This record gives sequence, structure tokens and C-alpha cells, in this order.
Amino acid sequence: MEELESKIAEWRSFVRHDSTVDGLDVEELEDHLRSQIADLTAVGLATDEAFLVAVKRLGRLDELSRAFAHEHGGRLWRQLVTSDRGEQRETDSRWLEALVFAVAAALTVQVALLAAGFPGKESWWLLRNASLLVLPFLAGYFARQRRLCLRRSLLTAVPFVIAAVVINIYPYVEGGSTELLVAAHLPVVLWLVVAYPYMGGGVRSHERRMDFIRFTGEWFIYYVLIALGGGVLLALTALILEPTGADVERIVEWVLPSGAAGAVIVAAWLVESKQRVVENMAPVLTMLFTPLFAVMLAGAAVVYAVTGLGGAFDRELLGVFDALLVVVLGLVLYGMSARDPSASSSWMDRIQLVAVASALVLDVVVLGAMIARVGDLGFTPNRTAALGLNLVLLVNLAGTAWLSIRFITGHRTFHRLERWQTTYMPAFALWAATVVVILPPLFAFA
Amino acid sequence: MQIDKDLVAASATPLVLAILAEGESYGYAILKHVRELSDGEMEWTDGMLYPLLHRLHRLGYVTTEWRAPPEGRRRRYYAITDEGYAALAEHKRQWVTVTRALGDIWGGADLLPFGMGRV
Repeated sequence: MEELESKIAEWRSFVRHDSTVDGLDVEELEDHLRSQIADLTAVGLATDEAFLVAVKRLGRLDELSRAFAHEHGGRLWRQLVTSDRGEQRETDSRWLEALVFAVAAALTVQVALLAAGFPGKESWWLLRNASLLVLPFLAGYFARQRRLCLRRSLLTAVPFVIAAVVINIYPYVEGGSTELLVAAHLPVVLWLVVAYPYMGGGVRSHERRMDFIRFTGEWFIYYVLIALGGGVLLALTALILEPTGADVERIVEWVLPSGAAGAVIVAAWLVESKQRVVENMAPVLTMLFTPLFAVMLAGAAVVYAVTGLGGAFDRELLGVFDALLVVVLGLVLYGMSARDPSASSSWMDRIQLVAVASALVLDVVVLGAMIARVGDLGFTPNRTAALGLNLVLLVNLAGTAWLSIRFITGHRTFHRLERWQTTYMPAFALWAATVVVILPPLFAFA
Repeated sequence: MQIDKDLVAASATPLVLAILAEGESYGYAILKHVRELSDGEMEWTDGMLYPLLHRLHRLGYVTTEWRAPPEGRRRRYYAITDEGYAALAEHKRQWVTVTRALGDIWGGADLLPFGMGRV
């Protein structure tokens, strides 16, 4: 009997060493193992034989941990650790592929800069087309990574072609606000277009949509890190080159856009291949900032409600509230991808609910004031875009708040919250596309 | 006769939900029940049941609870939810359609080997 105990202990530590199976899962498997051994010894097997049979029946550990990793998305990166050596070479070639696409994007930006006569004159054309110069390469990178078939690759290209045609045949008034709005909304549309090759064409799958949301957050963290590092590098280069009399400013002007373009693809590659690093970071960032934002937002909501400040709000400040809602949504999504979906609700969920609810109260106050005055203000392109975005975000966060309450009170599973976000994804794409395609003609391209 | 691997995988979810519909249970007992039902012809890799159960939990089809008997080890129990019943009904509808189609073309109602009536 003692021998059996020591064998089980050995087995336990072996399984626990493989980190896709965490403590409680091990306990559950151990219970299974013991029940099986008990049954086998009852029909006459010796304990050591029973142990061997039971372990064998549980299945090969690598297959088992892959199945666990697959189910527990948050632990998915560990597949990289548990996978065999054979995949090592594949990672190397992916590295090269990413570099090719990054360099291609950087070169395209250079060519476009030359074509636009940069930096001699201000080029609105360049600003409008900036995302079209970079994101097709990201889409191409994923199309290759996911080995999309020809039909799907062509399908990926279609939105880019349409966007390129639409934004370049519209007769914008030079420097008008519709043109600026297009420059701001087109990246959002194209980013969501990239979701198609990222998901390998399976856009209906909610799990893959969640993966894309997770990818977006992790990509953002990597991009910010690269930007910070790049900034330090450029500043140091400038300081070192200054005594040589080189025109440092000119150099930076040329290097920066290409660097920014290449970094888009490099960051995507980093997320794909070094996910482990960033997955440890997202929970920490959420833990740090969710309470801070909750306190800030709750305080602001109380102040606005008590003083009635909302009514006197400057109409242009709706944009500020859009930014606020975007940040809150970002926090919600980060929190969502950082937590274990099968865990029950914790204090973090409550704090997040406070943040979301306060942001909603603030926004409704301001929005109410806006709508009340919209008659004498009239619609301008900027105001329409800001109002639309505000409504799109408001609906999303209201749904999130409602489902959070249901989740915390135990009426709904966390899965429902994830579902809500993944179902809502196309709404963002639709609204951004509306601003790009429909808004400019509505306002005579002003 | 060994049941094909893909078929085992496809039937795993409705089978587990149907077993839980008979009353709450835990991993090992569910597995034993599957063996009995199929006379040992559906060979599952035991460990794979747990990722499946966790998936059903995440989808809200089952609830789970650790319970410790007065003496002995604590054990994780699973119980089906309303959403689980709904999913089971949907699975059942699909399986009935498939088996009916197969039965029609093979010409015999006795070609429903795993007793759809019970699911």
C-alpha cells in the first residue's frame, strides 16, 4: 500500500510539472486514478499492475496536456512549451517570413513618402492612405501563416481594394474634417479586415474571435514597447550624430514612418511566437489599472451628478468621452482575456463593474445634454462621427454591465460575457466603415 | 467491433450530458457508465473526459462543485444546467436526423445501435 502511495505521489509531481494541468485538475485526475486502481484491485489485480493499467488508461501525458491547453485558452501558450522539438525549425522560418513582410511594409512607406514629395509639403493623401500602406502586409503575413487557400486569400484582398478605390476617388475638400475622419476610421476597418486571415477564414467561430481580441490587446502592448525602445534608439542616434553635422531631423523624419510600419508586423510576429511573455503582462496591467480607473470614474461620476456639470459641457468634448469609453472597453477586454473563464466571480469583476457603470453614468449625462441641444447645434461630420461612436460604445458597455451583474449574482456564466463581446465585434467594423464610406458624401466631402 | 475515433469524439458531448441528465455525477463514474452503455466498445482515453467536462462548464452546460465526504478524498461533482438540457435536446435532434437518414438508406429501423431512445 505504501508503495502505491509513493507511486501516486511520483505520478502527481510528474503531471504537475507539466504546467498545462494545474493543481485542482491534478487532484481531479488523481481521484480518477485512485478510483480506477480500487476497481482493478477489487477484481484481483495486484496494486502495481492496477497502477500501470490505470495510468495507461488515463492516456499519454503529452496528448492529455494538449487537450487541457486547448480547452483552457488562457494556458494555451504552454502548448509552445509542451510541443516537440520538431517545431523549432518551423519557428525559425516564421521569423524570416515576418521579416520579409515587415521590410516590404517599410519599403512601401518609403516609396509613398517619395511619391508624396515628403517632407516638403503637407500630404493629405498620405495621411488618408497610411493604414492602406501597412495593414495589407499584416493581412498577407497572416494569410501565409494560416496557409489560406487561393480563394480565401483573394477574399482577404477584396476589402483592401474596395477601400483603396473608395477613399481615392472621393473628391475631399483639402484638409476638410471628412478627410480627417476617414484617416482615423480606416485603420479600424482594416484592422478588423485583418481578423479574417488571422482567424484562417473562420470568422463565425466565437473562440477564434476571442483569440483575435486577445491578439489585438497583446499586439498593442508589444507595439508600445517597441515604440518606446525605438524612441530611445532614435534619440540616442540623434545625440551621437549631432557633432558630425548631419541633418538629424531629416533622418528621423525618414526613418520613423518606416520603423513604425515595420513594427506593426514585428509586433504581430512577437505575439504569435512569444506569447508567453505578454500573457504574463496583461493580467498585471489589468490588476494595476482597473482599480485606479474605477476610483477615477466613480469619483467623476459622483461630482458630475452632484454639481450638474454635464449640462454645461462643451459639445466638442464628446470626443473626450469617446476616448474614455474606448479605454474602459479596453480594460474590460484585457480583464476578460487575462482571467480564467471557468473561475467564479472575484473582487476584480466587481471593481470592473464599478468602472464600467461609472463610465456609463458619466456618458449618459453628457450624451443627454448633447441630444437635448442637438437641434440648435446641427450635425457636422465630426459631431455625427463622435455621436455614432459614442452610441456604439454605450450599447456595448451597457450590455457588458448587465451581463457582469448577472455573472456576479450567479445567474450567467462568464462565457456569456465573452460571447457578447465576440458577437458585438462586427458592429465596430460596420460603424467605422459607415464613417469611411457613407459619411463623406452625406456632408459633401467638407 | 471498435467504434471509429471521430464518431466517439462527436458523440462524447451528448453522451456526457445525457448521463448527467440522469443525475449529478463525477468523472470516474461517468466514464464507467459510458463503458457499461456501450459494452466496452466505445474506448475513451480516460483523461480526455476532463477537458471535455471543463469545456461544458465553461459553456454553462454544467455546474461543478468539490465535495468532501466525511471520510475519504474530496471529489468534483458535475450537474447539468437548463442550458445543458437545451444543448442536449439540440444534440438529440441532430443525432436522430442522422440516424434516421442512415436507417432510411440502409432500410431497417434496427440500425440504431446505441439506443437513441435513451439519449
